[in-house]
Amino acid sequence: MRQRRATIKNPQQEVRIFRLRSIVAASLVLVLACCLLARLFFLQVVEHDIYTTRSDKNRVRVEPLPPTRGLIYDRNGRLLAENRPNYNLTIVRERAVDLETTLERLVEILDLPPDEIEDFKERSRQRQRPYQPALLMSELSQEQIARLAVNRYRLPGVEVEAQLLRYYPDAKPLSHTLGYVGRINQAELKTLDKGNYSGTHFIGKTGIERFYEEQLHGQAGLRKVETNARGRVLRELSRTDPVPGKDLTLTVDRGLQDLAYRLLKGRRGAIVAIEPKTGEILAMASVPGFNSNEFVTGISVKSYRALRTDLDLPLFNRAIRGQYPPASTVKPFMSLAGLENGAITTSTTFFDPGYFQLPNDSHKYRNWLRWGHGRVNMRRGIAVSNDTYFYNVAYRLGIDRISEYMHKFGFGEQTALDVQGALPGLMPSKEWKRNRYNKPWYPGETISIGIGQGYWLATPLQLAAAEATLANRGKQVQPHLAKRIGDDAVLLPESDQKPPIVLDNPAWWDDVISALEDVVSGREGTARKYVGPGLKYRMAGKSGTAQVFTLGQDQKYNGKELAERLRDHALFAAFAPVEDPEIAVSVVIENGQGGSSVAGPMARAVTDYWLLPRIEPAARDTALALVEALKPPPEPLDSEGEQGESNAD
Amino acid sequence: MPTDYQRSMRGMGGDLNQRRRTSLWERMHLDPWLLLLLLIVLGCGLIVLYSASGQDIDFTLRQASRQALALGVMIGLAQLSPGTLYRWAPVVYGGGFLMLVAVEVLGDVGMGAQRWLVIPGVVRFQPSELMKLAMPMMVACWLGQRPLPPRWRDLAVCAVIIVAPVLLIARQPDLGTSLLVASAGVFVILLAGLSWKLIAFFGALLASAMPLLWMVMHDYQRRRVLTFLNPESDPLGSGWNIIQSKTAIGSGGIFGKGYTLGTQSQLEFLPERHTDFIVAVIGEELGLIGMSFFLALYVLIVLRGLVMANNGQDSFARLTGGAIILTFFVYVFVNIGMVSGILPVVGVPLPLVSYGGTSSVTLLAGFGILMSIHTHRRLLSR
Repeated sequence: MRQRRATIKNPQQEVRIFRLRSIVAASLVLVLACCLLARLFFLQVVEHDIYTTRSDKNRVRVEPLPPTRGLIYDRNGRLLAENRPNYNLTIVRERAVDLETTLERLVEILDLPPDEIEDFKERSRQRQRPYQPALLMSELSQEQIARLAVNRYRLPGVEVEAQLLRYYPDAKPLSHTLGYVGRINQAELKTLDKGNYSGTHFIGKTGIERFYEEQLHGQAGLRKVETNARGRVLRELSRTDPVPGKDLTLTVDRGLQDLAYRLLKGRRGAIVAIEPKTGEILAMASVPGFNSNEFVTGISVKSYRALRTDLDLPLFNRAIRGQYPPASTVKPFMSLAGLENGAITTSTTFFDPGYFQLPNDSHKYRNWLRWGHGRVNMRRGIAVSNDTYFYNVAYRLGIDRISEYMHKFGFGEQTALDVQGALPGLMPSKEWKRNRYNKPWYPGETISIGIGQGYWLATPLQLAAAEATLANRGKQVQPHLAKRIGDDAVLLPESDQKPPIVLDNPAWWDDVISALEDVVSGREGTARKYVGPGLKYRMAGKSGTAQVFTLGQDQKYNGKELAERLRDHALFAAFAPVEDPEIAVSVVIENGQGGSSVAGPMARAVTDYWLLPRIEPAARDTALALVEALKPPPEPLDSEGEQGESNAD
Repeated sequence: MPTDYQRSMRGMGGDLNQRRRTSLWERMHLDPWLLLLLLIVLGCGLIVLYSASGQDIDFTLRQASRQALALGVMIGLAQLSPGTLYRWAPVVYGGGFLMLVAVEVLGDVGMGAQRWLVIPGVVRFQPSELMKLAMPMMVACWLGQRPLPPRWRDLAVCAVIIVAPVLLIARQPDLGTSLLVASAGVFVILLAGLSWKLIAFFGALLASAMPLLWMVMHDYQRRRVLTFLNPESDPLGSGWNIIQSKTAIGSGGIFGKGYTLGTQSQLEFLPERHTDFIVAVIGEELGLIGMSFFLALYVLIVLRGLVMANNGQDSFARLTGGAIILTFFVYVFVNIGMVSGILPVVGVPLPLVSYGGTSSVTLLAGFGILMSIHTHRRLLSR
């Protein structure tokens, strides 16, 4: 080019150069245009599907339509759990222009107490999907809603949302049995069916609410909506309606449940009542209770701590998780075990000098009556709750035969069908002890088992279930809480039904049951003074007093001197009417001291409430009057009767 | 100053024979082909804009009136002879440069960049827009009087002419415009016959200067480049635009989703859909067919422009015309390239279609100059 470079202008050459360059430029333009075209072809033809999907994902949002939770009724159709409209305060952070200022304004408008403000701000920070409202507060009052409405223009992104919230109209008596729903937590989120729960905020946490979660929850629906970039819904593209949860009818009778709760009020304990024919749980109360409504919206840290640290353990469901030594309430079962295994006959007698001794052992296993009951047969042994007699029975049976037989009655077994979190109690055996403690079984331990002490533990529910089997003369039923789900009756699958207990001699059932009747109304019955008077039907029952505090050898139990929490547990298990049992009941009162004197009348109140109206319709008042009479826990106990009954070591 | 043009101007009134031979279009100093192509693009652009604005007719009419004004400017400029343009080139360039300095000193900050010169109550004005036309004219003006291909000394002068205002614009910062202004100047040099060896040499030099450029770039500019290289790295932040525009174009397919039926654009997922990203609206709603149609129009305009530039009566005219039309193509290429994700996002609108008055006025003024060059050729006595 250097040689061609002119020092003067050469128009022809300039035109030529320009033309050449123009052609090069035009070719380049065409090439680049083709590049663009190729790129567009790539995007619009080759990758078209990818971008179509992406574009649809942008605009189409699937919104879950949460189903309405099923209601819960008692056996008579009285409402136990309902859904109430509730107003929530939510904020869409993306729409709040200045989050901090908005929050400060909200605090001011709602007049929040200082300790809630941090909580409130914390909740606003929880990260969710963009344009998803974050919950700031639930249960807004009408006044708060009005105040928010007035100030709405100052609060961009803030909205009041209506929502159905679980409500338990009479929470405390049923708090443990019904359980409660609460906000879904992180752990639950992992195991849940995300599709079905995507619009649901609450899940059953305990009790019936948890066990029947699937049925109560229902099936979520969904709708596809088209939204714009700011998340605003423009139109609905398609919709599948949710299937509401099924209503649940429980076997529980709310009246009886209330009665049981009121009987126990001011104490710690549990009452379980079962219909022996069906296994339907008529009442299952654990006291103290708590207000389950507090858990629905999220209980405050303070209230929760108060519940957790309360010595009376209000959150503890004693009816199914309280494991107590069943004490003398096991004596009828021990008798049956003895009869069935040939260890005793109905006429076998033992002499009771006030204690029992193993051969070659000086240790005295004492009867609760220090001077003994003299010569005792089975019927009297049960009626007077003679300990020595059952020490002998246990000694003759040996632990493994006892254990095996008691398992038939559900001791150490999971008896309940649909009770969330029920514990199996403990029915010890040689093998169990070896596994648990790596120690041999000592003969002395068998002796304590004879009177339902030692390692033996049972829950009030198990006790009631065993009593129901007894009432049924061996027919086994499984306790359950659900009567109907929706309109369908809950039917137990045949395979789940336990085979009936068949005795070699069916007359033994009545032998044992009449002994139990003697306990309540016999001349020597331990409960005759407390349970027997004015009885209008035939009732069979057995008291028990379980030792909490171990006395030294030859020490005498003195309830007044012992600290309240070291006193004996009072138990009573009963059923009625004897000839055609309609109710079996177990009462356990922690540190209640007198099985007959304290737990007995409560069992009687329950059976009265249930049976009297069937005998004479106006009699329910009598039962309620009895409750009133029982109300103040009699502090200085009449320590007569069967104190120290369970002095076994 | 050379007097060729003055002579030709004087001769204009006298030479009746030549005048009689010219068509009506030539007497109006308009090129019918280019005008037709421009009107098609402008018309189709308004149709697209109506959809992109969310069917806002007022908005579209406002743009239509601006386009009309810009067409007026084009017709007006076409009436000026290349000689006049030649004489005014240094003045316009000098004025533009002074205004850029003024912007640097007391400019109005808009959209995070200092681009506007405001005479309160009168006008808001971007001197950099003026530079888009003044630059090729000035470089062509300088080289036009020199023997071509340009010598080293001329190239050095050109370098100064180009670099000084480009730096000022880049400092505003306005990477897109500075790129366009610089390319307008460079195109003149290339068209003037810069040797291929030197082109290769400068190309290599430019490539090696890239790291340097990186160092002087603003954070947001670097972010754009990074986002371009990997848009998914920040899908909600700076990558959002490019992801959404690619999604819009890609989901359009061959035939598009239909006019005003683009979900990406109508539901506002596509940002800046009526300005820089309007191509995505075309791609989404009218598909590959619509895109090809627009692209074909642009290419035809460029080819026609190059033909017209070749008809220029002298080097100044040819170089100015050629640079203007190639810069126009750079607009198209950079805009479509960035929206479709093969170039980083720089603020370059789609010429004649994107919403905004200033860019249309500048572009059509350029076409006015091109028409002037084309239609005044036969009046040259030489």
